[in-house]
Amino acid sequence: MSDANVRRYPGFNLFSLLFFVYLYLPIAVVIFYSFNANRIVANWGGFSLHWYTTALSNTALMDAVKTSLLVASIATMVSTVVALMAALVLVRGREVRFRRVSETVVNLPLLLPEIVVAVAVLILFSQLGLTNGLLKLTIAHTTFCIPFAFLPIRARLQGMDADLEEAARDLYASSWVAFRRVTLPLILPGVFAGAMLAFVISMDDFITSSLLNSGGATTLPVYIFSLIKQGVSPQLNAISTLIMIVSVALATVAFLLQRRQ
Amino acid sequence: MKPRPKSPGWNVLGLLPAQLIMLLTLIIPVGIIVLVSFSTRGPYGGFDFVFTTAPYKQILFNEGWTGELEFNPQYLIVVGRTLVLSLVTTAICTVLSFPVAYFISLQRASVKMMLIYLVTLPFWVSMIVRVYSWIIILGNDGVIAKALRALGLVDNMGSLLFTDTAMLVGLVYSYIPLMILPVFASIEKLDSALVEASHDLYGSRLTTLRRVILPLCKPGMMAGAILVFVPCLGAVLEPTLLGGGKTMMMGNLIQLQFGAARNWPLGAAISIVLMSAVLIFLMWRGLQAVRREGREGDV
Repeated sequence: MSDANVRRYPGFNLFSLLFFVYLYLPIAVVIFYSFNANRIVANWGGFSLHWYTTALSNTALMDAVKTSLLVASIATMVSTVVALMAALVLVRGREVRFRRVSETVVNLPLLLPEIVVAVAVLILFSQLGLTNGLLKLTIAHTTFCIPFAFLPIRARLQGMDADLEEAARDLYASSWVAFRRVTLPLILPGVFAGAMLAFVISMDDFITSSLLNSGGATTLPVYIFSLIKQGVSPQLNAISTLIMIVSVALATVAFLLQRRQ
Repeated sequence: MKPRPKSPGWNVLGLLPAQLIMLLTLIIPVGIIVLVSFSTRGPYGGFDFVFTTAPYKQILFNEGWTGELEFNPQYLIVVGRTLVLSLVTTAICTVLSFPVAYFISLQRASVKMMLIYLVTLPFWVSMIVRVYSWIIILGNDGVIAKALRALGLVDNMGSLLFTDTAMLVGLVYSYIPLMILPVFASIEKLDSALVEASHDLYGSRLTTLRRVILPLCKPGMMAGAILVFVPCLGAVLEPTLLGGGKTMMMGNLIQLQFGAARNWPLGAAISIVLMSAVLIFLMWRGLQAVRREGREGDV
């Protein structure tokens, strides 16, 4: 019996095929029906791009996209910088006291169910009397994006040879120069991957954004949720398809970045 | 090697922003949740801090007109449903993941890469869009209903939506990539010499699977179980969109109390119950890991 033979199990191939169908069928259905000319989603009325033009000229949708992009951009920048600083200390620092505890604190949003994080910030902002919707969203998103930015950066730093930094220091580079000329270029893919992950997590967030949804800041997922509540519609399918195209593009970039590591 | 001039001062400074953000926006507010859960309900939502255990009693009892307590299992059912659905989701994800992860690990490197990419891809696609897609499939006039009608199998079936099954389908669909990845990683680490040894000792394929491969994949499955079980406990979108008002889970029950129902103390009390469930699960897992390490240390 050949090696390949004993390691294979009958049925696994078919099972896996079915699994991938299961994984992609729902997505395919949404894309398919987004081209449906008929107003009623489930009745096929011919091919049409009508719902895409409707979606792109929908001002409420565009406002939601702008809000999401703004919140996600700021949250990504802040959380990536903060996560990078924390990762540098936690991986490279010497004599760091309470290293384990500190790392747990940085990853805290991952250990709590998101609805609890959302309730926590909701109560906090109501106690502080904060009413600016955008500010509330940005603060909350920054908090839960930090671990998502932190983990890829930490992984990259751990995989990097510390001797390179030592060499730079031996050649009389200052801490800052060693960081900027040696460490940062080497961990840049990790920083990018972390930032990308933080951005996607922020863009995709529903629970926190919907609980904080007041003060005129509606994010894209919250807007989509309100559309879903009004019922299934071809325009909704078109919007979903557009979102999927953007997500797939981002995911592909992130995947290629990580593969290079 | 010469000592680096980086003093502990830099350590503190570098960690400060992250720790401060977590302290101010998460640790202290979670403390406030505990306070709110022991508070009275404010007249217009919110809360007044007057100590009471009423919110916790409210989870179990209804207060009658004269103040007598009457057992009411409605919230307990939600807690039970959440636990059962999360456990069943985790179990289904574990069972489905293994053959797929195993299949992927047998492929050529480039195909392997591609398949892992395909497994993670849906995870990047908006959660709300993925849950929504099941409304189109399971709905009254949805893909499945239409297909069954066209085949003449069923004339008029009830909606598949707004049931426990619909939620289960949505939960498994949402979180299964989180199980496949760690299981795949543990299969990849598996020493193929052990598999061959088992075959050389006349172990059948099934025996090898049961006695060699599966036990070695257990750590990956356990890691995946945490990644699937914890977000399931706090799921909001799946129960809201696929479950509807009569089949709630803790996540959307909490959301309801802080939204339309305006009962913050009750919402806070349920949040504490949810957090305790997560903590107990994580501690139990932690204990198991420690025990396993201990056992491996003995060998």
